[in-house]
Amino acid sequence: MVGQVEDTEAGDVVARRLRELGFVAGEPVRVVASGPFGRDPLLVQIGYTRFALRRPEAARVRLVDEPQP
Amino acid sequence: MNATAPALHAALVGSPNCGKTALFNRLTGGRAKVANYAGVTIERKEGRLETPAGRQVRVLDLPGAYSLDAASPDEVITRDVCAGRLAGEAAPDLIVCVLDATNLRLHLRLALELAQLGRPMLVALNMMDVAQRRGIRIDIDRLQAGLGVPVVATVAVRHGGAADLLAALDRGAARVPPAAPAGGDLHARVRALLAEAVTMPRATAAIDDAIDAVVLNRVAGLAILALVMFLIFQAVFSWAAPLQDAVAAGVAGAGEWVGSLLGSMPLLQSLVTDGIFAGLGTVLEFLPQILVLFLFILVLEESGYLPRAAFLLDTLMFRAGLTGRSFIPLLSSFACAIPGIMATRSIADPRDRLTTILVAPLMTCSARLPVYTLLIAAFIPRRDVFGIFNLQGIVLFVLYLAGIVSALAVAWVIKRLQRDRSEHMLLMELPSYRLPDPRSILLGLWERALIFLRRVGGILLSLTILLWFLSSFPAPPEGATLPPIDYSYAGHIGRWMTHVFAPIGFNWQICIALIPGLAAREVAVSSLATVYALSAASEEAAAAALGTTIAAQWSLATALSLLAWYVFAPQCMSTLAVIRRETNGWRYVWISAVYLFALAYLASFITYQLTLALA
Repeated sequence: MVGQVEDTEAGDVVARRLRELGFVAGEPVRVVASGPFGRDPLLVQIGYTRFALRRPEAARVRLVDEPQP
Repeated sequence: MNATAPALHAALVGSPNCGKTALFNRLTGGRAKVANYAGVTIERKEGRLETPAGRQVRVLDLPGAYSLDAASPDEVITRDVCAGRLAGEAAPDLIVCVLDATNLRLHLRLALELAQLGRPMLVALNMMDVAQRRGIRIDIDRLQAGLGVPVVATVAVRHGGAADLLAALDRGAARVPPAAPAGGDLHARVRALLAEAVTMPRATAAIDDAIDAVVLNRVAGLAILALVMFLIFQAVFSWAAPLQDAVAAGVAGAGEWVGSLLGSMPLLQSLVTDGIFAGLGTVLEFLPQILVLFLFILVLEESGYLPRAAFLLDTLMFRAGLTGRSFIPLLSSFACAIPGIMATRSIADPRDRLTTILVAPLMTCSARLPVYTLLIAAFIPRRDVFGIFNLQGIVLFVLYLAGIVSALAVAWVIKRLQRDRSEHMLLMELPSYRLPDPRSILLGLWERALIFLRRVGGILLSLTILLWFLSSFPAPPEGATLPPIDYSYAGHIGRWMTHVFAPIGFNWQICIALIPGLAAREVAVSSLATVYALSAASEEAAAAALGTTIAAQWSLATALSLLAWYVFAPQCMSTLAVIRRETNGWRYVWISAVYLFALAYLASFITYQLTLALA
């Protein structure tokens, strides 16, 4: 589950875009696949959509454990 | 009764991959006026339609955007047009927000953002057929109530699939959305809407998961990609052959017939048979090949496979100084660099985009094929290598490979030269797989064929006639012993040029063909045909095919040198023009022209001298 997306610099466009695409607190997220060379980029499922993220992009997404029911 | 009322001005807005362009084509019948926005190189597509009740509507297809908080030049245009802030573009009377019914978690957010603009708005819930098949249930009434604007279901790829939207336009159903609570969290509202109105059995289509498990697999995925590429080239070179032969036979027949009609006027006969038919016919033969190549690219584009290929190759391309997103423009460049360079608009990072534009002309475009095919057939023996390969095929493959390898090398050098070393963004959606829509594929092929025929009928025709003129005048002096072309303007210019081109083995006939060939590569073939037809010593020699003539007159070193020249030389005015347009200036036109000509001369020099030394 997404905790938050961290900016690596002031006005970080990648971080802003990630938040707009649905990487927001409480959203379940899952790595579905990874690229054939150096396991990069990552294919990440958020909501009903899959995005290819390079590792430095994916590193902005801080994860938290899903609360146990 | 509304015929005299001013046309309604509607703008289609939606996220990438929502089927917006298919809906636009469905609404306007594909008869769109395509232009660029002033000052930027974003395509502006406008079409007209008449509703069942006779209302005139102007429809504007805006670039796909994930958000109005723009992150790319495309999105800036969409934002500014919606807000009525773009100079020269009136604010639309109504916004049609197009949503993919299977991807509402992502797309509803844009709808809520658009609603905050406070303009009349309609929501088109597209791909409802796919949603139904996947068992997604959407309560349109509740969605409508939650959004505060009318929602209609559409299936853009089906005949009549936009009927509800047209009816809504007739009713004047668009409403100004109610003001949202200020500072509200859009994601929270999307979640609330989904909980209220949408039942999703599963987040993604089962079939997509199954295909992706194979196609994105480390081993199988790369093997499939290689197979797809191999299949494309196989198709272009062998499946198109019978069609090409048919075109060639047709052109030859027509030339003979027209020539026989003009028997009483030798000068005009020479222009028509030596100039127009010998020249253009050679080029026209390549239409089938170009269409087969575009057929594959269009199908791959529509199916959603290309972003997967970009995903697989991203790391490799990134190391070379490109990005996975460059894959699609570079693949199109194998057909033609012009759509390839235009497709770089989808690359968000300006550095990546520029590098892709600079190396796109190195991809072996279809206009080089006439030259390659001619020279290979004339000079490379049809010999088996290791039992399964053909030497001619291997040479062609090496030429393609030379283009790709040099593109990677050039991109690598550009990356070293760049001063801005900050992070490059990928962040790319892998959309759902789709069965390509035959209608839009045919539309795309038709457009391509028209562009090609326009080139043949326009620039190629005029250059061929000009060359015929230069090669036929002035007439040879009394008692001349050589063919007339030796005394013509073309003969003089060609001889003068050999001072520069002799070190790379070009004779004066090649030099002459290079001049009109600067405008478009394939013209070189038609020019050579014209030059040799006119320089023939006898009627028999004039009628001989160009391949036979040059095989008898050129050395192998000259032929290989010309092949090497064609891997690099930027002989295409349209490509340079499109680089100027896409980069907004002459700087990169000069950079590409100079570096490509330099590489061409160098490669030809090495090839020629090496072949001479070894022979």
